[in-house]
Amino acid sequence: MRFIRWLAGLLFIAAIVVLIFAFLDVPFTEKLGLYLLICFLLSLVRMFKGPTPADRAVATDIFGILVIGFCGILAVSSGKSWYIDIAIAWALQSFIGVLALAKFLEGKNFDD
Amino acid sequence: MIDIFSNTLIIIGISFDLFGCVGLIRMPDIYNRLQASAKCVTLGTCGILLGVFVKFGFSAAGVKALLCIIFIILTAPVSAHALARGAHRSGVKLWEKSVCDKYKDSVQ
Repeated sequence: MRFIRWLAGLLFIAAIVVLIFAFLDVPFTEKLGLYLLICFLLSLVRMFKGPTPADRAVATDIFGILVIGFCGILAVSSGKSWYIDIAIAWALQSFIGVLALAKFLEGKNFDD
Repeated sequence: MIDIFSNTLIIIGISFDLFGCVGLIRMPDIYNRLQASAKCVTLGTCGILLGVFVKFGFSAAGVKALLCIIFIILTAPVSAHALARGAHRSGVKLWEKSVCDKYKDSVQ
């Protein structure tokens, strides 16, 4: 049963990759951005499904990191340089937000 | 030539992002998930930004991409460590097949 689920997930990801690469009529760098959207989808699944609040905090951290990479790909595909400014601002905001979430997770017994 | 090199770096970065997110889904425990998904940072997003730097060269956008790489490499281990510490202090159990828990011994 576990092997069947593993095989189904692998086939799903491979099908999406082949479908984007072969059948879509967009430029090459925008195809790379579409590959990154699969990663957004996977981290959103963990964010909705996570059993503990710490899992959701980890998914939020990875989501912020992926947005930075997506801004880099947009800068390459459109040729405009101000997407990198958005990436730097998002990195600052995501770091401070994740630190606040980690302090919130510790709850009542933080003392330092 | 520069286009081929930067596209190769970006493809390496995207594949590492994909593997990290699959590990975020697949791993059984929060600490394993944190360890798998921290690979998104150093080779994933930094690979993409290194490809952006190779593409733009030493212009404004390329130097800003280098600054973003330095900032991410400095801050991502700090946030991962803070998340693991907060999760352990809030009482999240380890996986039942985990071998040892040295942080609990050092706290007591």
